[in-house]
Amino acid sequence: MSTAPSRRDYSLIGRDARLAVESGLAAAQWYHTDIPRKQMKELMQRSDGPAIRDTAIWLAALIVSGAGAAWFWGTWWCVPFFFVYGVLYGSSTDSRWHECGHGTAFRTQWMNDAVYQIACFMIMRNPVTWRWSHTRHHTDTIIVGRDPEISVMRPPDLVRLVLGFVGVTDAWHAMSDMLRNAAGNISAAEQTFIPEPEQKKAIRIARIWTAIYAATIALALYSGSLLPLMLVGLPRLYGAWHHVMVGLLQHGGLADNVTDHRLNSRTVYMNPISRFIYWNMNYHVEHHMFPMVPYHALPKLHALIKHDLPAPTPSILAGYREMIPAFRRQLRNEDYFLKRELPPTARPYREEFHNDTVAVAAE
Amino acid sequence: MSDWVEACAAEDIDEEDVMRFDHGGRTFAIYRSPDDEYFATDGLCTHEKVHLADGLVVDDIIECPKHNGRFNYKTGAAKGAPVCVNLRTYPVKVDAGKVLVQIG
Repeated sequence: MSTAPSRRDYSLIGRDARLAVESGLAAAQWYHTDIPRKQMKELMQRSDGPAIRDTAIWLAALIVSGAGAAWFWGTWWCVPFFFVYGVLYGSSTDSRWHECGHGTAFRTQWMNDAVYQIACFMIMRNPVTWRWSHTRHHTDTIIVGRDPEISVMRPPDLVRLVLGFVGVTDAWHAMSDMLRNAAGNISAAEQTFIPEPEQKKAIRIARIWTAIYAATIALALYSGSLLPLMLVGLPRLYGAWHHVMVGLLQHGGLADNVTDHRLNSRTVYMNPISRFIYWNMNYHVEHHMFPMVPYHALPKLHALIKHDLPAPTPSILAGYREMIPAFRRQLRNEDYFLKRELPPTARPYREEFHNDTVAVAAE
Repeated sequence: MSDWVEACAAEDIDEEDVMRFDHGGRTFAIYRSPDDEYFATDGLCTHEKVHLADGLVVDDIIECPKHNGRFNYKTGAAKGAPVCVNLRTYPVKVDAGKVLVQIG
């Protein structure tokens, strides 16, 4: 399907980056639902218990599924084990690096740091680079030219989206970036959000990872078996589908260049298994509005503020039913987006963000 | 010589909590530690100028509400990414149930 050239410049050092700063969209004041300090403090409270429990289950499931896959290697019985192992390695690590990067999963910081490093390796995200890119994502969520983590740019690249479900594009970029960083090269875009003193750390990590992957490849060649790579590296491809499936729902098809998370983020109700894998990031409006609230408290936060938020999307399927037509329409008109309606109990949006002369929203 | 300025009543702040205090066009954060001591720092995070008084006090750490940047509010020390610049701290004393801050 052919698309017209984008009028949006997503480069972090390009035209729209400059315009966002000049217009005040960058580092702007964002809308927050009012919550009494006492309740907010209770919601923000840290606890090691839930994350230790979940991490113990996660690690045990990784070890059992990985061991089962290796044990049955060469037979069809290994397939269900790799299915589980892949999702735990290539998808659940997306939420683990994220929550531990915020430092909210555990009360004890070294536990956050340890799980963060492990999860970053598995999801192939340099822990230094991504800590800073995610900081920018929270400062300038879906602000064109500022947010380095916009997963669906307009007009959408549908081929890239589909390839994302098997991790091909992500892994390709991750490996390219790792080798580039390992060679001591920090790109101009990375330099816009990684402070200079932190850049050396990104290079050091990239070199360590390069050594681990080189050792894994050497082991595979020495043993004449693909098994080492099926356990380290390749799960980022065959297990990526779940984190892409839920991750696209975070902001896909919604408004850009607004400073109200109710407009550009999506809360989706989903099944308990996906919520375990995703660590409750389905409450995405709530997470962006109050990133200090740990994943295990997000359901409570949702119950407390849902009167001020758009109706949550009732399921993953419902999310795709609204998102895919929006992507297709954005191929013809990149200014199109899904306008979120608020309940009568909510405080209103800043209406200029829904001005039809600026953007064409869904009716 | 700097003056001592009354920030709030000691009982206005819960234990292990923080409160905003504005004075002379500047903003400060006043802390009450879990062991019932009082401290004061600049009120805005050195990373992106967010009010720390909306954040979370855990032991001797204040976490910024926007990006979870952490400072030791007793010393002002930045505890790692995304905060790299220390917070300025101010002397504090409690007198007759009032929290006084020496603003330089």
